[in-house]
Amino acid sequence: MSELVLQKLRERFGTAILETHSDFGDDTAVVSPDHWKAVCEFLRDDPSLDFDMPIDLCGVDYPGRPPALPRMEVVMHLYSVGKGHRVRIKARVGDEDMEGAEIDSATSVWPGLNWLEREVWDMSGVRFRGHPDLRRILMYPEFEGHPLQRTYPADRTQPLVPYRTEEEAGLPLNKIAPFGADEGMPFGRQSTPQPDDV
Amino acid sequence: MGDVSRSVTVDGNEHGFATTRVDALLGWARKYSLFSYPFVTACCGMEFMALTSPRFDVGRFGAEAPRFSPRQSDLLWVVGTISQRQAPVLKRIYEQMMEPKWVLAFGTCAASGGFYDNYTTVPGIDKLVPTDVYIPGCPPRPEAVLDGLMLLQDKIARGERRPAVVKPRFDPVEHAESLVQIRRSARDPREVLPAMAREQALARGDVK
Repeated sequence: MSELVLQKLRERFGTAILETHSDFGDDTAVVSPDHWKAVCEFLRDDPSLDFDMPIDLCGVDYPGRPPALPRMEVVMHLYSVGKGHRVRIKARVGDEDMEGAEIDSATSVWPGLNWLEREVWDMSGVRFRGHPDLRRILMYPEFEGHPLQRTYPADRTQPLVPYRTEEEAGLPLNKIAPFGADEGMPFGRQSTPQPDDV
Repeated sequence: MGDVSRSVTVDGNEHGFATTRVDALLGWARKYSLFSYPFVTACCGMEFMALTSPRFDVGRFGAEAPRFSPRQSDLLWVVGTISQRQAPVLKRIYEQMMEPKWVLAFGTCAASGGFYDNYTTVPGIDKLVPTDVYIPGCPPRPEAVLDGLMLLQDKIARGERRPAVVKPRFDPVEHAESLVQIRRSARDPREVLPAMAREQALARGDVK
């Protein structure tokens, strides 16, 4: 339905639109990170597009991609209340060590993106240039790393309060796991050996 | 001697006295005047509301008065998931409470972290504060919580500080045969339904 949006984007930005596709009724445009803010402004200001509502912003990590492709994808979903159409735009940033994982902040386009960009910084480690207050929003300031990066060990915790030791408590404190080592979330356990590996 | 649970009745025209130990008397008094501090963080809070409703009437156990100041309370209810970010708050609340004080872990998340096995959840509040009673369940039924409360009262009366866990009154694993067994009907529903329609038509006299 909103093929029109992708058409307009391609006409306006040309090669800055790296690829587009429409699957299952969703239209997606992958844009060059250098044009991220310009694309956002165009999508908001063009009267026939009129995207006035950012639905969501998130980061998706793809480690181990071919070297030519950046590792992290910033994904934004937009909705036009007046026109009733949607679009998804993506930008790929950062190399394998998250160097250069930076993108322009779009808070001046939609002020509601303020907290969403803070969340993407907190969870995925993408920096937003020009954000008014780029702090962690979910995790605490002492937290190291970005937990939704796939390289963050699934079993790494960073307690703010040191745990009581068993000597101090005088009794075993081992957690009784509700599931075995081969259950739970093995797909995230890249840091711990899996039964299949043995 | 020293058993305050044994009742002694004295007629109105008699005189009598009972003997006990001071700690037993104190324990008896304390177990019926628990002032609760509900530290409610997650979905178990809904079950906590059910518990404090008239239907389950936690006032029967003398624990119906919540005190939203830790300085006035002696029973800390930890109801729900505790994230790493909340851990300093919980620890501080506990330290602000007056002695003697007890801690009750309400639900699997408070007791062990539950299924949150990740970077953000404390795997059980016993990693932070000494815990007296663990009530498993996701969420526990109010009956299980009342069991936990009675367990705590029993511990208070005996001056016992070792942790206790509420066991299920009815363990479904041991009574699998008495559970309702859902079996597939042996008859194919495509045959059953036309047969039923024919029987009804016969009963109405539509067909011969």
